[in-house]
Amino acid sequence: MSKNDIKVALIGNPNTGKTSLFNQLTGLNQKVGNYPGITVDKKEGISKLSATQNAIITDLPGTYSINPTSLDESIVLKTLLKKNIKESPDVILVVADVENLKRNLLLFSQIKDLEIPTVLAINMVDQMNRKGITIDLSLLKKELNTEVVLISARKNEGIDEVKAAIIRCHVAAKASPLCGIDHKIDPDYFTKLKEISPNYSLYQLWLMITQNNYPETVTKEEKKKLLAFKEDASKLKKYQHKETIYRYQEINKILKKTYIVDKSKATDLRGRLDRIFTHRIFGYLFFVFLLLVIFQSIFDWATLPMDLIDGTFAEISDFAKSNLPTGVLTDLLTEGIIPGIGGVLIFIPQIAILFLFIAILEETGYMSRVVFLMDKIMRRFGMNGKSIIPLISGTACAIPAIMATRTISSWKERLITILVTPFTTCSARLPVYAILISLIIPDKKIFGFLNLQGLVLLSLYALGFVTAIVAAYILNKTLKIKSKSFFVVEMPNYKLPSIKNVFFEVVEKTKSFVLEAGKIILALSVILWFLASNGPTSFDNAEKNTIENVVNQNLSDQELQQKIASVKLENSYIGILGKTIEPTIKPLGYDWKIGIALITSLAAREVFVGTLATIYSVEAGDENTSTIKEKMRSEVNLDTGKQRFNFPVGMSLMVFYAFAMQCMATLAIVKRETKTWKWPLIQLFGMGLLAYVASFITYQILS
Amino acid sequence: MSTIATLRKGEIGYISEESLDSIPLKLLEMGCLPGAEVQLVQIAPLKDPLYICVNGSHLAIRKETASKIIILKS
Repeated sequence: MSKNDIKVALIGNPNTGKTSLFNQLTGLNQKVGNYPGITVDKKEGISKLSATQNAIITDLPGTYSINPTSLDESIVLKTLLKKNIKESPDVILVVADVENLKRNLLLFSQIKDLEIPTVLAINMVDQMNRKGITIDLSLLKKELNTEVVLISARKNEGIDEVKAAIIRCHVAAKASPLCGIDHKIDPDYFTKLKEISPNYSLYQLWLMITQNNYPETVTKEEKKKLLAFKEDASKLKKYQHKETIYRYQEINKILKKTYIVDKSKATDLRGRLDRIFTHRIFGYLFFVFLLLVIFQSIFDWATLPMDLIDGTFAEISDFAKSNLPTGVLTDLLTEGIIPGIGGVLIFIPQIAILFLFIAILEETGYMSRVVFLMDKIMRRFGMNGKSIIPLISGTACAIPAIMATRTISSWKERLITILVTPFTTCSARLPVYAILISLIIPDKKIFGFLNLQGLVLLSLYALGFVTAIVAAYILNKTLKIKSKSFFVVEMPNYKLPSIKNVFFEVVEKTKSFVLEAGKIILALSVILWFLASNGPTSFDNAEKNTIENVVNQNLSDQELQQKIASVKLENSYIGILGKTIEPTIKPLGYDWKIGIALITSLAAREVFVGTLATIYSVEAGDENTSTIKEKMRSEVNLDTGKQRFNFPVGMSLMVFYAFAMQCMATLAIVKRETKTWKWPLIQLFGMGLLAYVASFITYQILS
Repeated sequence: MSTIATLRKGEIGYISEESLDSIPLKLLEMGCLPGAEVQLVQIAPLKDPLYICVNGSHLAIRKETASKIIILKS
């Protein structure tokens, strides 16, 4: 990044192909960062405009106007009001959809009035013929008083012209308002407003008071004067309405001269597809069918890469163990860090596949139809049609799902969605369910074709979803938050997904999961390793005492090592911790060993299996499930002399894992998104209590 | 009184000038302007939300919002 780079902000309505253009301009030169002070992801990329000139392009969230109604959209306003040289954009690139130019120009007209150099890129012009649209480009340039480029971002047409226009626009640095709101609505009022500061355009000052958003560069004196304008709130609202109508009048005048649509050419593909996808019966049937296909594929496709990752990390660990000098550092590496990284990466296949489907559903325009179908149902539970996307994403991982709630404009609906999303069965619960089901549920078919084990797994998914819905209902009745619920969703045209966009979306989402969840899971793995491999004096003496105790038992060397390992674990800090909580979890059917697994599961739920594997002294590096399973099967409950993992204990454990909030990474994200520890703590204790009570009841009834 | 919420599926109306103040700014910005032709394209299976087409924008809005927007039938 150099000083001469042009800073370009990319802005446009949703569904205009803004992302396609961003991907074409920057290619793989993208990175996701954070806006200073706020937590919304900032997508930036470098674009080579010419041999000597680069641009840094910031992809702003899609929005219909500068006046924000959701967290996503408020970023656009904040960026555009910035006045310091480092962060404010030099040129704004507005993307518009050729088919819906009128509405797209509203945003353009607002941006133009900020008096920042602006380029307008009209996208999807390859559709013009088919839709019967003609544009008088040179007249449009003159009327809009700006650079206008016709492009087709998906077909990579017109991208070079966009780059050239950005340079020309930057050099000319010409910035004049388009609509000039002042003399049309209330000249006196706006003249007085303009006199407050010469440093801002009139429209910027107007936005500051209507949106109650004052950049740091505004002086105290100026702010006081601006606040005085806010006193007459009804006037503000009235003028905002008038402003919008006036803008549309101006846009209509311009388009009348420059934009012609021959309506006879319109096809009704949208109408035909909508009749199927939003049908009162077929609409829901198709949605359920689609969900089944998605989940089926996640399990089918992810198994192989997951086994591969699992095996590779076991091998790396073994390799390091046998090639590095023995010592604490090697142990930390082979027992803490490497399995820790493996524990994060193992989720990538499932998460990537799920996001692949979600990206395709969003790209095609189908997701808006799901929102339309589900809004009424979700509203009964205090959520929003848009909550369905986080709830589906939550079946991969709650972290990206919670981040996906940012498009929900009502705070109460968004908060409820955030709070209940962790109930959906995420991929970390799966290994736990898988091993417990194989232990306690017989592998047989009922009615001749339904696999009983599969059916139990399906009911656990249903349990998670139903609990989420019920919790939302209760939260909706108890939370006393007043927030305006406003719902408007655009139903975009259906289109084929762009492979490039889908690819970038999957890479970005997966990357953000690895970074967000990864650092917490890794850190906890290291801490847990330390707690498991250190302890008071009894720990240090474990080896010597064990050898003395079993000296007459004629154990093989391997058996002896296993015995030592499990005695060590029992006397480690974590073993002591497990013993301490044993009385509390005994009513649920668990002993101190399971207690340890519950504690280590705080890093990630699937650590449960690995912990039990270690505790039941399975050979290091041998991750063969049947071996762990055999060990778990032969584990004896000392009080009864029977199997430890019998039906009641297995069921109680699965219920516990279905409800408990055992995920530090999710708690951290909830803190970040809600800006307080209050909500993550409510989740931790609320879900924990529910898990405890439900497991208690399950165990007591079944045993 | 006719509002968008009282339209039948497929029916067309024109947004009345008198409802200007009751149209949320966001909808106004998305093309829901007084005088504009509005068509009720589809009603969700549970009778809410409504899927409308106005000024070239295809939008889903809730019945509650729709019932505040007065229309004139041609």
